[in-house]
Amino acid sequence: MKYIDEFRDGATARTLAAAIAREVRPERRYHLMEFCGGHTHAISRYGLADLLPGSVEMVHGPGCPVCVLPIGRIDNAIELARDRGVVLCTYADTMRVPASEGLSLMKAKARGADVRMIYSCADALRIARDEPRREVVFFAIGFETTTPPTALAILEARRTGLANFSVFCNHVLTPAAITHILESPEVRDLGIVPLDGFIGPAHVSTVIGSQPYEYFAEEYRKPVVIAGFEPLDVMQAILMLVRQVNEGRAEVENEFTRAVTREGNAKAKGLVAEVFELRRSFEWRGLGEVPYSALAIKSAYADLDAERRYGIAYRPVPDHKACECGAILRGVKRPADCKVFGTACTPENPLGSCMVSSEGACAAHYAYGRFRSATPGERSHA
Amino acid sequence: MPDAAGRRRSRYGRPLDLERGRVDMTHGSGGRAMAQLIEELFARAFDNDFLRQGNDGAVLALPPGRLVMATDCHVVSPLFFPGGDIGCLSVHGTINDVAVMGAVPLYLAAGFVLEEGFPLADLARIVASMAAASREAGVPVVTGDTKVVEQGKGDGVFVTTTGVGVVREGVDVRGDRARPGDRVLVSGTLGDHGVAIMSLRENLAFETTIRSDTAALHGLVGAMLDAVPGLRVLRDPTRGGLATTLNEIARQSRCGLVLDEAAIPVRPEVEAACELLGLDALYVANEGKLVAICAPEDARALLAAMRAHPLGERAAIVGEVIEDPHQFVQMDTRFGGRRVVDWLTGEQLPRIC
Repeated sequence: MKYIDEFRDGATARTLAAAIAREVRPERRYHLMEFCGGHTHAISRYGLADLLPGSVEMVHGPGCPVCVLPIGRIDNAIELARDRGVVLCTYADTMRVPASEGLSLMKAKARGADVRMIYSCADALRIARDEPRREVVFFAIGFETTTPPTALAILEARRTGLANFSVFCNHVLTPAAITHILESPEVRDLGIVPLDGFIGPAHVSTVIGSQPYEYFAEEYRKPVVIAGFEPLDVMQAILMLVRQVNEGRAEVENEFTRAVTREGNAKAKGLVAEVFELRRSFEWRGLGEVPYSALAIKSAYADLDAERRYGIAYRPVPDHKACECGAILRGVKRPADCKVFGTACTPENPLGSCMVSSEGACAAHYAYGRFRSATPGERSHA
Repeated sequence: MPDAAGRRRSRYGRPLDLERGRVDMTHGSGGRAMAQLIEELFARAFDNDFLRQGNDGAVLALPPGRLVMATDCHVVSPLFFPGGDIGCLSVHGTINDVAVMGAVPLYLAAGFVLEEGFPLADLARIVASMAAASREAGVPVVTGDTKVVEQGKGDGVFVTTTGVGVVREGVDVRGDRARPGDRVLVSGTLGDHGVAIMSLRENLAFETTIRSDTAALHGLVGAMLDAVPGLRVLRDPTRGGLATTLNEIARQSRCGLVLDEAAIPVRPEVEAACELLGLDALYVANEGKLVAICAPEDARALLAAMRAHPLGERAAIVGEVIEDPHQFVQMDTRFGGRRVVDWLTGEQLPRIC
């Protein structure tokens, strides 16, 4: 693809790999967390591990919006579609996330609930306009990248007086989650999860800028490099992080200068500020309750807020006992450490959310990398 | 029957209104309306000796050899898409299923499930496209059936075709014959059909110039078997794309496969569309491509034979069969790493952020 191939060039990758190999110090290891599922996917899909020295270890972070959605919220969405008779519009990956009673949105749909897969929230608006007699709810999930479009949809519904449309808001925030990981006992006190630096998602920063990361770079002394999602972007970010670690620096650096600025996108931030406010606390799958880590719709737009409109009551639901998604999302365990990985839990029949989205650590490892952990003679799962 | 002036006259009083008419329940009732639909639309379009006899089935003379039979249901949406429609697709699909068994396809049967209210003009277009595809391929439609379902119980039209053919003497192509060291070839660019369809889906306003590759492959298969009669595996990578097909072969042959990403032909515009949609061309459906596996010493001759055929101009050797108890399909990426190319999970769904 024009303008894409140059970011996937094998020869440049080898040059960067050689630079990383020269830069790493023999006496130490480098534990780098890629926060975002998009990076997890790129690392797995392009086989980046084959190009990195053994001392550089990538730790998968919780930045997969589908993975961190708690079961209780999926249950809420299913109830809306099944018991309230609304048209529930959702992004595709969310359809397969396992919920209570062995259900998922996909299975609820097969049992008669009106769940529609959409590609953008503009599709949900269109459905509401086309079917004025139905109540249409947009199941909004995602990090800072998907938030401005949801804000726009809400403003558009208000402007056009679209009375049969509302939003079930589950938008979450990146910096809050990273701070939470850095504050966790495993990282801070116990040292079970050594973390030497972060790769930050560039698309998030095209909206919020690089500035929000400055706080924890300084406070927690962890370098951050904001990077794009092409494999060369990731390689470049790893090189920059290794250099920072070697030089004892903890700064926010921007690999993605082609679109990210320190301040971000003022217009998008304005839209979000107009429509949303911080939630005091929000449950993340794997991380538990994380303070000020999600957005709710402001009371000025209460009529467009499905939570208020349908009086949605949230009930937390514990994960499946054998599922290690929580530990995997915190970087404490790797997919292959989980007993049910690839046996009871597969992409066809996921037990945990990390096996659902292609950006989930388990799904990415299963789809692209599991030959690495397969032992000779073991029966294939395929 | 044409009259003296060459006009078609109907023995049913008025001819079928192929401009404004619509399918109604009587078209499937077994009465006169159904007879008229069959006579004036289907039989006229597919016209051949078998249909002219007007029997419930066709009596076929078959050359000696092993018989191959394959069937394929077609439920594509939208019915008309760049490069084809459900009509020609249903002919090509079944011919290809017969052809990749190493057989010469000889006859087709066609079953139609029509939805009440479906425009006869669209049906006529579909049938004309089927007839043209069948004639071009030299494989006649010798028998068929039509049923009508109430409005809302179908999606316009579903077409099922069944084909029979006879395996060429000395040919034995099967999914379980791949051996370590064998080479994997594809006949051309991947993902064209799926992306052409995706570009039209209702909630995906996305314009491309990509056309479906729908085509009958028995000519290409014939040329390949002429060049390499010992060809081991042939398959058409339709739903689930190349990745799914290769995983099926790996399982059947109890082996592994390693692909070279840089060698796999994908049109830049298909790659671009996949990039935007969060798809992977390796998993996108093809309707005019095949995968072949042959002994390493036959690979060059096979590639040359494929490239000499119009439907194989962009053929390429894309990988190798290896020993692997896990039966993984792996790929050396253009980037320099290696990864698994797994079975498709669920539908191929776009990523969301």
